[in-house]
Order: sequence, then C-alpha cells, then structure tokens
Amino acid sequence: MTGGNGQKPVEERIGVYVCHCGSNIAGMVDVQEVAEWAASRLKHRGVVIGRDYKFMCSSLGQELIEKDIKELGLTRVVVAACSPHLHEKTFRTACERAGLNPYLCELVSIREQVSWVHTDRVAATSKAKAIVSGGVERVIYHAPLQPLRVPIHPATLVVGGGIAGIQAALEIANAGYPVYLVEREPSIGGHMAQFDKTFPTLDCAACILTPRMVEAGTHPNITLLTWSNVEKVEGYVGNFTVTIRKKARKVNTDLCTGCGICQEKCPKKVIDEVYEAGLGYRKAIYTPFAQAVPKYPVIDVENCIYFEKGTCKACEKFCPTNAIDFKQEDELLTVQVGNIILATGYDIFDARKISNYGYGRLANVFTSLEMERMCNAAGPTNGQIVLRDGKTVPKAVGIIHCVGSRDRNYNNYCSVICCMQSLKFAHLVHERTGAVVYNFYIDMRTPFKDYDEFYQRILEEGTLFVRGKVAEVTDAARLPGEEGKLIIQAEDTLAGKQRRIPVDMVILSVGLEPRRDAKEVAKLFGISCSANGWFTERHPKLDPVATMTEGIFIAGCAQGPKDIPASVAQGAAAAARVLGKIQQREIELEPVRASVNQAQCSGCRICNGLCPFNAIAFHEDRMVSEINPALCQGCGTCVAACPAGAISGTGFSNEQILAQIDGLLLLNIGEEAIA
Amino acid sequence: MSEKPKFAMYWAASCGGCEIAVLNIDEKILDVDANFEVVFWPVAMDAKYKDLEAMEDGSILLTLFNGGIRNDENEYLAKLLRRKSKILVAFGSCACEGCVPGLANLSPAEEIITTAFHTVSTDNPNGVHPQPTYKAPEGELHIPRLLPVLKTLDQVVEVDYYMPGCPPESHQIAAVIDLVIQVLQGKAELPPKGTVIGAGISTVCDECPRKRNVKTIKSFTRIFGQPLDPELCLLEQGIPCNGIATRSGCGARCPSAGAQCIGCYGPAEGVLDYGARLITAYASVVDANEPDEIERILDGIPDLVGQFYRFNLAGSLLKAGQTAWKPNGGNGR
Ligand SMILES: Cc1cc2nc3c(=O)[nH]c(=O)nc-3n(C[C@H](O)[C@H](O)[C@H](O)COP(=O)(O)OP(=O)(O)OC[C@H]3O[C@@H](n4cnc5c(N)ncnc54)[C@H](O)[C@@H]3O)c2cc1C
Ligand code: SF4
Ligand code: SF4
Ligand code: SF4
Ligand code: SF4
Repeated sequence: MTGGNGQKPVEERIGVYVCHCGSNIAGMVDVQEVAEWAASRLKHRGVVIGRDYKFMCSSLGQELIEKDIKELGLTRVVVAACSPHLHEKTFRTACERAGLNPYLCELVSIREQVSWVHTDRVAATSKAKAIVSGGVERVIYHAPLQPLRVPIHPATLVVGGGIAGIQAALEIANAGYPVYLVEREPSIGGHMAQFDKTFPTLDCAACILTPRMVEAGTHPNITLLTWSNVEKVEGYVGNFTVTIRKKARKVNTDLCTGCGICQEKCPKKVIDEVYEAGLGYRKAIYTPFAQAVPKYPVIDVENCIYFEKGTCKACEKFCPTNAIDFKQEDELLTVQVGNIILATGYDIFDARKISNYGYGRLANVFTSLEMERMCNAAGPTNGQIVLRDGKTVPKAVGIIHCVGSRDRNYNNYCSVICCMQSLKFAHLVHERTGAVVYNFYIDMRTPFKDYDEFYQRILEEGTLFVRGKVAEVTDAARLPGEEGKLIIQAEDTLAGKQRRIPVDMVILSVGLEPRRDAKEVAKLFGISCSANGWFTERHPKLDPVATMTEGIFIAGCAQGPKDIPASVAQGAAAAARVLGKIQQREIELEPVRASVNQAQCSGCRICNGLCPFNAIAFHEDRMVSEINPALCQGCGTCVAACPAGAISGTGFSNEQILAQIDGLLLLNIGEEAIA
Repeated sequence: MSEKPKFAMYWAASCGGCEIAVLNIDEKILDVDANFEVVFWPVAMDAKYKDLEAMEDGSILLTLFNGGIRNDENEYLAKLLRRKSKILVAFGSCACEGCVPGLANLSPAEEIITTAFHTVSTDNPNGVHPQPTYKAPEGELHIPRLLPVLKTLDQVVEVDYYMPGCPPESHQIAAVIDLVIQVLQGKAELPPKGTVIGAGISTVCDECPRKRNVKTIKSFTRIFGQPLDPELCLLEQGIPCNGIATRSGCGARCPSAGAQCIGCYGPAEGVLDYGARLITAYASVVDANEPDEIERILDGIPDLVGQFYRFNLAGSLLKAGQTAWKPNGGNGR
C-alpha cells in the first residue's frame, strides 16, 4: 500500500560522462557505446549529453564537464568511472567550479563493479549501461546540499607524553595554541627516558630528551597533566569535551620543591616494573627518575605502609615544606578541545611466552629493555654490564634478534627497531666489557639514514654474526666448555649447520606490541585498530597520522613500530594537521547526515544505543530521539534500524535508492530492454 | 432522497470484522443514513450485482472496500466498484495489505484447496473437490476461481485512500465519516490522494504508555506464564512487541492491556516493507556478538513469518512465497 516509486517527470538537464580510465575500463566496456546509448535511450529521462573520454579525472576531463554545465545548462551530472572512494570529490569539485552544487553530481563505478570483474565485453557493456541508467534515475532525486560548518576550539589534547607526544605538544604550543598533555605515569618521557644511548648516532638519550621534557613542562601554552587518565570523550571534531581524572599524587605540588628527601626516607622499597623494567627498585613515594618532569613525586598508595597499616608517615615527617597530603583526592577535570592526538606508544613483547629462550627461568637471560636500564649510568647498575648477581662481568654475550617478531606463533610483523637496537647493544657490550658478542639474526634490517653504516661499524668492531633462528637457550651442558654457561642452540644458515654457542649472558631483542589497553583506548576515542592491534591510520601511505574519525590523530609507535626519528616526525606531522585545522577556525563537515522526523519518531528508543559516534540523544520530555548533525558521520546504521522509518539519511533517501534500482532494472525504458 | 450522495461497502477476501467495526460506531451509523444513500452493501441490505453494473460510472461518492483480492469475483467487483466510485477506500488490513488471508501466499492455490479438502482434519468421506463449473439441472453453475495469489486492492485497481486496522478502530471510522460529511458540507477538504486516513504517522510506541529505556534484548519469550512488569515496555521484557514498527492510530490498545502489538495497523508512514523494518530493528538491538548466541536469541521467535508478516505479506516487497508464484507465472508488479 505504500506503493512503488512513480517516475518523477524530469525537468533536469543531465550530462553523462563515461571514462575509459585508459584501458582499465575501455578494455572491457565499449565506453563509446555506453555514452551514446545514454544520450539516446535516456533522453526522455533528461540526459542531454553523453560523452566518453580517456581520463575523466584529468584536468581536461573535468573541464569537459565544466564547459557543458555552463554551455548546456546542465543541472545534474553523472560520471561513470571508478569508485566514489577515489574520485567523488574530484568531480564534485569540478561541478562546484562551474557553479553547480557539488552534491548534484553522482559518480557510478563501472571499473571496480564492471570492467575489473567481468570477462565478457558484451555483457559488461550492458551492465555498464544499466549502472549508468541507475545513476541517472538517482541523480534526479539529488538535492543541493550545503556543507555543515562548525567552529574549531583552538585547544588540543595530546594523550601520551613519550617523545612523539612531547614533539606534537611542543609544535602546537610554539605556534601559540593551548595544549593539554595527558600522561598516565608520574613523569613524561616515555620509553626514550629509559634508554642510555640511541642508535645510530649513539648520543645520550637523556641529553637530547630532557631539554624537550623541560620545555614541555614549563611551556606557558602547555597544561601538563601527569599521573592522569582520560575517562570520557564526548563531542566531535572542533568541539570535544574531555573528562580527565587527575589521580591524587598525595603530594601538594604548590608546596613540594622536589627535594627528594621523602624518597630517601621512605622505608618501603618496591620493584620498579615500569621505568626500571623490573631490574631496580623505587620507593612507595617516588619520581621515576632524577630528571622527571614534573619534579613532584607521587605516593603509590597500593604499596605505601601508611595506606596499608595506618602508620609510618616518614615522608610527611621529613618533608621540609609539609607537602605530603594523605587526604588528597582524585580530581576530575573537564576540558574543551578541538582536536586530539593519541601518542600512547607501545608495550614490549612478553619474552616469557617463548619458554625455550628461558626468560624468567634462566637468570642471565635479559630483555632489551632491562639491557637499556643496565647500560644507563643512572640505572640500577650504574651503567655496568654485569650478570644477575650484580658483579660478574660477562665474557661472552649472545644477542637474539626478532624475539616475538616475524614469527607466526607470536607477531607476524617486523618490529622495525630490533636489529638496530641489537647492534647498539653489541657495541655497548663490546665497549664496556670487551666480551665476545654474537648476534643471532634472521635478516639484517638496517634501512634509513646512517643505519647501514652503523651496521658496518659494528661488523668492524668484531661482533660475530650468526644468521639463523635460535632454537633454544639452555643451561644444560653437553659438551666440554659448556658447564656453567648458557648455551645458544641455533641453525647457522650460512654455514649450513647447527651450532651450540656457550655464553654468559643472553639479551633478547623483544619486539614492540600495541599497548595492552590499545583496544579500550581506541574505543574511548572512537577510532579503530588494525588486526595486530595498532591504531589504524586514515590511509597507510597518504594520510598516516589522521584516523577515520575527524579530529582524532595518531603519532609515534601507537600507529605501529618505529624508531625515534619517525616517531618525532609523526608527532610533528600530527601537530601540523591539527594546526591546519585550528587555523581554518571552522571546519566543513560532509552534509551526508541522518536526521529524525520528529513527528514520525515514536520514541521507541531502538536507535538510541546504536550510533557508533554517540550522535543520537533521547528527549525524555518530548519522548523523541534527535540526531546531532555535527556528531553524525552519516554511517546509516540508525537509518536502517528505525522501525518507524522516521530517520532518513541525506543522499540516501528511499526515493533515491528506489529510483536507482528502477534505473538499474531499466524500468525507465521498458523492461524489454534488459539484455 | 436521490439528492443524497451514494455510499457503498463491499467485502472481498476478509473475515467480516471490518463490517462489524462499521456497525460498531453506534449512533454515528444514523449520520451515515442521514447523509448518504446506501446503494450497495451486501452485509446490510439486499442488492444485486446487476443493479450495480447498471449504475452510471462515478455515480457512487464513497465506497469502503474491505478484503483482499483472492478470486476472480473479488477482482471483478473491485474493478466494477472502482469504475462506479468517485472515492474508493481500501478499508481495513485485508484491502490495504492482505492481512491474514495473505499468509496463504506462501502456498500455491492448488495446495490450499488440497489442504482444505483432503487432509486428515477435513471430514470429507466422498472426496469432494470444488469445481469452478457444475452442470446442474437448472443450468451451468459457476463458483469463483482462486487467483494464484491474494492481492491487495491497490495491486488490482487505483485506490484513493487507505484505512488500516484489523479492523479499523470504531472511533477512527467515526472520525473519517465525520470528515467526509464535513467535506460534503463544504467545511473541510479531502486529504491528498493516496493518504492513509484514520491513523497516525508514527508507530504504536508513540501512543503506548509503557516506560522505555535504551533497548538491548538478551532473549525473546512468549507472553504467557510469567510475571511481567506492568509499566515497562514489553519488548524490553523480551516479548516481541511489534509496536515499534506498527502505524499508530489504535491507541496502543494491545500493549496497554498487557499483550504485545501484533501489527494490525501496518507499516508506518513512508515504510516500504513492514517485516523488513521490524527484522532490522530487532536485529539491531539483539545484544550478542557470537553467532550461536544470536541464533539462540532469535530462536525465541517461533514463527518468523507470523511475527513479521502476519498482516503484511501480500503487501510486502516479497508479496508472496516463491512456491506460490511459480506454478502460475506470478502476477507482475
Ligand atoms: C629496547 C629499545 C631500545 C630502543 N632504542 C632506540 C634507539 O636507540 N633509537 C631509536 O630511534 N629508537 C629506539 N627505540 C624505539 C623507541 O623507543 C620508540 O621509537 C619511541 O620511544 C616511541 O615513542 P612514542 O612516544 O611513540 O612511545 P612511548 O615512548 O611508548 O611513549 C608513550 C607514552 O604514552 C604514555 N601512555 C600510554 N598510554 C597512555 C594512556 N592511555 N593515557 C596516558 N598516557 C599514556 C606512556 O606512559 C608513555 O609515556 C628503542 C625501543 C626499545 C624497545
Ligand atoms: S607513608 Fe608511605 S610513602 Fe610515606 S614514607 Fe611511609 S611508606 Fe613511604
Ligand atoms: S528508532 Fe526511530 S522511532 Fe524509534 S526512537 Fe529512534 S528515531 Fe524514534
Ligand atoms: S547515521 Fe550513523 S552516525 Fe549518523 S546518527 Fe545514525 S548511527 Fe549515528
Ligand atoms: S510495549 Fe510495544 S508498543 Fe509499547 S513501547 Fe514497548 S514496543 Fe512500543
């Protein structure tokens, strides 16, 4: 009883343009015939011109459309070419240049949907005609749309204070705009703050990092929120409202001078799993390291004696400025920002998962992160490379590459930095202990500036390289000379034999993994993760720091394994994207949006929980649902779900879809025409 | 008397409930008599088809046509009444969208007859089988032939207005009659052709007094044998209530009385396929990710066609089951 779709009498003047795409389309579709067919058989549907052209997306192709709009007075344009993903914007812009509302242009795909998937030229040509016919019927129902404009809040939220996040924050702050830099640890710095030297230049990590940390900590445009978590994100590009939990430090930062006496006096030692990678201790009240920014300590209440037993308060007693405040509570801050950069970094692969390498079981098997701490002059061994006993200097050391990476059982991908980090360790071990160093690698991956030169240098230093995968690290001696040693059993693919190499110490170059909470973080910010768990960029090549969600950017290792230079470059790139947006002051949003007809909405609330962008609000007073057009991304989920048919999506109305189907079935020229 | 505008009402494939609903408007029926000359209404007065055939085309002002088009007699009368009437109203669910008789569109016509006459539930010791023609001593007799499928009125003739409901609520009928009388008196105008009259444009939830929340469904259950919250939305309690998709106008009588809406007022304004809408809506709020779990939840709806297309199969985009289409070559769009 709702009836079919009566054909609307056409007053439109429609131009049809069929693209050859070189031979991509023309090789399988008779494009000229399609264009001529449209001009003659669809004349009564308003088609006034049908053209075919080698490359419609070229300047000349676009000019063809522009000229026809002006000279023939076209009111609608149908381009039959590639997928709208590629060139919808191109042709819409061409129409706009000629004074036609860009949304009166329809791009139908005869490449992905026709020429690339068919092998019969005659049938493919018929299908292309049907698709053009569908586009013509649909475009009749298009309405001119205006993009939505929303103002952009000039502040930016940066989540994660590793090198990528610091870089992004500084770039934006230096350009004169406010930044909230949220870090969940007590200090910013990230992984880089744990390192001793950095490849390939071997400059001291702290020396190059701390100036940046200090600058970020003191910058007038940066509000530094350490020991803090983002709890809620609402809103949309230009206008996010973010709720941040500032965990109680239990230290009054207005009074604390960072003297460190409390840390000295605190009787409670805790293994530092984060900063010291489990290799050293900190106190219950602590700053993770001497150069921490900010300088204020935090009390780790789970380990503090006072919070456990109600007595102690040594820190309070000795604090010269009375800064300890056991009653301090978490604070919830709400901030407004226009854009968000996620630079939450990585976690390292858990070496215990590969039990035959013995980590956690064999004392002198270390992870690369432990090794960084051991090499660090401010680390638990004051920079001495020694065995677990804390004193014995190793005479032979084996470094195993690709632990947990490029391995079907763990992570398929290459962690990018492990070869270089292993070479760095080879150098440091050699330099500091004079030990014989063996590097076990599958392939040596040293691309990028000065990296391969670094490899050459390590080769010249006398490190021994064994090409092959290590099968096992064991302390079970079988041959003379193996007693009391760790034996590395590996296949040497160059020598073509199995080798057993006894060493005193093994370093596992563990791979990088997405943060354990990456999925939850992605959900919180409304972005997605790749199959491996890294945040997904908008385009792997052409848009590496944007995401599919407007206003949310990613940088550094959160997007995938990479070294410091690349992390810094991404931090800066994300900042540049944000600055570009801020400077526009307003942002244009695609007008393809859903809206609720308030008279038709019954308030059934079916749609309420469905929107992935939280765009739907329910008005309890009027018992109707409403969509916030700035939040809606036009995905169509609610449009399909509304049982009352009360929601419609611009550009995808029932009329448009049904007209397109009629056109596809060639009902517009009489059914007999179906080939 | 002959100055009064003419009124007709006819029943095709229907149960008769629509006729009762018209009589149920109580004293309003006197207004019908006062304002119209009733020329043809088989249930209420004696009239012959030939009298109708003899009338001038377009001479009846208002015809309420209830019932779907199941046989050639229904079809003939639909066409005849169309010709004779200025305003033809598809009256009630059967005429609008096929209603329960439309569910027979799942089976071929021949199978329907076989089921009716030759299954264990039929007491037919002589194996009587209906014949369209029969030679009696008085001459040849005809009974109507079944069409391959049941069609809605507008699949056969042009319809001016639709009045949904199984049956339409009496107060809505009274209101429509009032409107027509006002139009006759020049006090109101007719709505545009094709309008659904005597109903709202939203859905039953709009009129339902039950409280509701963001919906998530963990299981479907049937209405009997369990305590239900008298104030909470039935659907949220797992009762597959069709109120979400069913056109408003009934006053939400079923859910108000504690029974789920089964959908007699048809699809809401602008909805093409009632069942499809309802299925997507249910599917959208089923709260499960695992295929097995989803299946388990959906198994809580025992009769899918009955749940989603009880009133609407003939008027749906599908119109009929495949088997019903095949043997007779379909009936075109
Ligand atoms: C052993 C080892 C040695 C390396 N050596 C070198 C080297 O010599 N040269 C080189 O170029 N590269 C090296 N790398 C690679 C280098 O560590 C990375 O490229 C770089 O640290 C990435 O920086 P980032 O800011 O992206 O991430 P990270 O350094 O991981 O910083 C992320 C920050 O975000 C914070 N964070 C995480 N989640 C949240 C959250 N939800 N809310 C708030 N804050 C959060 C973290 O606490 C952290 O401070 C090495 C890596 C390893 C494992
Ligand atoms: S009160 Fe807690 S933090 Fe302070 S000194 Fe004692 S154990 Fe350390
Ligand atoms: S699903 Fe449709 S009818 Fe129900 S609340 Fe949402 S918009 Fe309203
Ligand atoms: S179309 Fe998608 S994004 Fe827009 S309101 Fe509906 S569900 Fe949300
Ligand atoms: S009980 Fe039925 S009609 Fe009432 S609100 Fe729930 S779904 Fe809608």
